[in-house]
Amino acid sequence: MNIYLQIFSTFSKIGAFTIGGGYAMLPLIQREVVTNKKWLSEEDFLDVLAISQSTPGVFVINISVFIGLRIKGIKGSIVAALGSSLPSFVIILLIAMFFNSFKDNEVVEKIFKGIRPAVVALIAVPLIEMSKNMNLNRYTVFIPFITVILIVFFQISPIYILIAGAIFGIFYPYLFKK
Amino acid sequence: MIYLQLFITFFKIGLFTFGGGYAMISLIQNEVVVNHHWVDAASFTDMIAISQMTPGPIGINSATYVGYAVTGNAFGSAIATIAVSLPSFIIIITIAHFYVQFKKNVLFKSAMNGIKPVVLGLIGAAAILLVTKETFIDWKSWIIFGIAFALTQWGKFNPIYVIILAGLSGYLIY
Repeated sequence: MNIYLQIFSTFSKIGAFTIGGGYAMLPLIQREVVTNKKWLSEEDFLDVLAISQSTPGVFVINISVFIGLRIKGIKGSIVAALGSSLPSFVIILLIAMFFNSFKDNEVVEKIFKGIRPAVVALIAVPLIEMSKNMNLNRYTVFIPFITVILIVFFQISPIYILIAGAIFGIFYPYLFKK
Repeated sequence: MIYLQLFITFFKIGLFTFGGGYAMISLIQNEVVVNHHWVDAASFTDMIAISQMTPGPIGINSATYVGYAVTGNAFGSAIATIAVSLPSFIIIITIAHFYVQFKKNVLFKSAMNGIKPVVLGLIGAAAILLVTKETFIDWKSWIIFGIAFALTQWGKFNPIYVIILAGLSGYLIY
């Protein structure tokens, strides 16, 4: 089979079968790319993963672009990114097209009244695990709280806060250490 | 020009997304709900619920959904989805060539140390901002919230099942 077709079908499979965000996709990507297709070694995969996590961008697109690039250059990266995003693009487009027409349906409205608070809970849950793993000290522990206040009460764009966080991170060793 | 606005907005969202889908939510919300008023808070929450139940990353899902909601056609979806993915191409292709040095770069590591706690705050803010009169309509909403939280945190339930159960209880109690 043509290599581009192989890349496309592998990544669209990954895109179509992972529900619940990027991290749920990892085991599937690893099995397809490392074990089945042998496009990358285990070590390469971990490098790709580390970089994709620490660079900005949609995590899954980062990974797809990176792996596609390693297999077949820029063309490979475009095909991989297309493959992993096309299934969700098509599904969401269909939902968006038809959701509005049955949104005002009484049954659908009731169902979504129940779903909305649960979504908020799903977002709140990872906070606990993440804050445990972050090793915040007495200076950095204030950052998440300041961020929340700036966004919720002052409607400051998260972009400025991220930039401020990066600058703080760079100067932090000079300010507080030793 | 709505398509250009859509492109710029989602390019910005892609460029400033660190740390996965949940961290993206407050960024998308700030742009789409607060700045541009393209969708309201309740529709935004519905969109996240739909993202959770369907395959694919939240970033792509929300771009596709908002692109359609704003323009009413598939072309708008395509523009927003391409825009949110484009920063990945530029950044990954640029750093792929010298990625071993990049990983060890001290400046980059320090910047990331400052960004990580902000990401934690972004997720917290996303959760707080989604608590509105449209999403939490009465005390029953808070009970659903509490049960959903407990099932996911301590019961280790799959989020898809939590959403299905919440939808079912919504149907039964309202």
